Amino acid sequence: MKPLLEVRNLTVEFNTASATVHAVNDVSYTLAEGETLGIVGESGSGKSVHALSMVGLIAMPPGRVVRGEVLFNGRNLLALSQRELFDLRGKEIGFIFQDPMTSLNPVLTIERQIAEPLRRHLGLSASQARKRVVELLELVGIPDAERRAGQYPHEFSGGMRQRVMIAIGVSCNPKLLIADEATTALDVTVQAQILELVRDLKKKIGTTVIWITHDMGVVAGLADTVQVMYGGRIMERGPVRAVFNDPRSAYTWGLLKSLPHGSQRGVKRLYQIPGNPPDMTREPVGDPFAPRNRFATERCFRETPPLVDAADSVSGHKVAAWYDLRQELAKLEAASHD
Amino acid sequence: MKSFFSALLQSRAGLFGFVLVTVFVLAAILAPFLGLPSPTRSDLLARMAPPTWTGLFSPGAHPLGTDELGRDILSRIVYGSRVTLIVACSAVVLGGVVGVLLGIIAGYYRGIVDRVLMRIVDIQLALPLMLLALLVVAALGPSTRNLIIVLALTSWLRYARIIRGQVLALREREFILSAHAIGAGTWRIMLRHLLPNVLTPALVIATLELARIIIMDAALSFLGLGIQPPNPSWGRMLSDGRVYISTAWWIVTFPGIAILLTVLSVNLLGDWLRDYFDPKLRTSR
Repeated sequence: MKPLLEVRNLTVEFNTASATVHAVNDVSYTLAEGETLGIVGESGSGKSVHALSMVGLIAMPPGRVVRGEVLFNGRNLLALSQRELFDLRGKEIGFIFQDPMTSLNPVLTIERQIAEPLRRHLGLSASQARKRVVELLELVGIPDAERRAGQYPHEFSGGMRQRVMIAIGVSCNPKLLIADEATTALDVTVQAQILELVRDLKKKIGTTVIWITHDMGVVAGLADTVQVMYGGRIMERGPVRAVFNDPRSAYTWGLLKSLPHGSQRGVKRLYQIPGNPPDMTREPVGDPFAPRNRFATERCFRETPPLVDAADSVSGHKVAAWYDLRQELAKLEAASHD
Repeated sequence: MKSFFSALLQSRAGLFGFVLVTVFVLAAILAPFLGLPSPTRSDLLARMAPPTWTGLFSPGAHPLGTDELGRDILSRIVYGSRVTLIVACSAVVLGGVVGVLLGIIAGYYRGIVDRVLMRIVDIQLALPLMLLALLVVAALGPSTRNLIIVLALTSWLRYARIIRGQVLALREREFILSAHAIGAGTWRIMLRHLLPNVLTPALVIATLELARIIIMDAALSFLGLGIQPPNPSWGRMLSDGRVYISTAWWIVTFPGIAILLTVLSVNLLGDWLRDYFDPKLRTSR
């Protein structure tokens, strides 16, 4: 499969009066056409910022893309003019944002909001757009679409609004759909419905998807590839199954360990990763997770580990770590038996 | 349109304002056909004739009496409303359009654009508006057009200040980010996404401003810088009639009531319109 998106050495900073925030540090990856990439990380890991900065959606200033290239179908997005970006966003790259409660304009009808990209990018007439809006609403599973199209956002529930957001995101059949925490604000049953809808849409229109979340469970159910980010860097990435069954980064291991398991009995406390999120204003030296990592070596504090192929794993499984997590875990295991 | 009237019928205050505004506007438009005596024709034999219904001796038939030159007050109020309404509405629209646009621009671009615009507002607010109006009228000369310009000039900054504040908050909302994400350009964001969100506050300011401008128009006319005699204007009627208040109260009272009712009805209608245009308060259509 040919790559749709190639991110190379993307580095993003925010310069404020008092400090520089190193939000994204040297992130590189490729995304194949039709692939679903799940990006996992905690708040401040750079997962959202890196996606927004690719298409010029971060405020500049204070934001600044320091280095890097983002090749989308061979075109460097970071070199595009404002005008070209306007034409690209919503047409070739669709977005779904986190909070469906605030991502829709409260004073415009649903129809106008879905019709906007259709009229802007595809040049549809008002009546053509109206027809397409109804089709799109039906596609995302909103009953009584004709009537609902004329309503305002406050007349929709959270899940329904997220469906509307998805309809806007896919309205122009984008090649790439970026969903930023798209299910975070929804309760679990609605979340499951939305995920089902996205899987279904993927089958129907074959879009490539980047799904940004902090929920490992969502990634497991949706993505082909998972990419774990921490402190503005990729810690580990690879096929979902490989990463979940055989994590090589201590951070991924900690995340997985802190998930509740169905098999867990009684009132066993969940694992908690020790320490606090990193100070992003610090110069990025060394492994960003090292201060919270029980397996960190001295080298982890001094040198930044490159993202390399994980030993003895499937192809595409990469990890950035100086330590060997498998050895460390084996030692831990042995110690607990003594 | 049907839903507009059925919604209107449900609000007593809104209906009252709407009916009164309609009556004023119709009276202004149809003034020549109402069979009124000329507003400028004086009848010295019937000077300061009291309103007919008071039962006092009153030469001629003047429902609201006559002024010190024997001119019919009802006629002068009706013809005066033409001038007053045209001047006030034009000034409100002109000031509103300029103020809202500049407010959106200042709030959206922030930075240097915002600072320059808001300092202009500050400077203008520091000057007494009446002094500014006097200076401009004195420089440009009194005419209906200049009066509109002057009144709009005292009005735009109120819109600009408030709308800017609203836009500063709105531009950080997620729906503006999503508008960017569907490829909307700067002007599209300002006019299609931000403007509808600030129309409600703009409408509220407009109703307050209309009332204020009618009073300011009256004040300028009172000072002799507004509508020039012998053309009737409410403010001028007040200023000319005030010296007779102890002997002929009707000369000032009726123009005063006309101003009061206009301002009241515009405010009631404006309040109702604000609710009508708020999608959250509108019942399902």
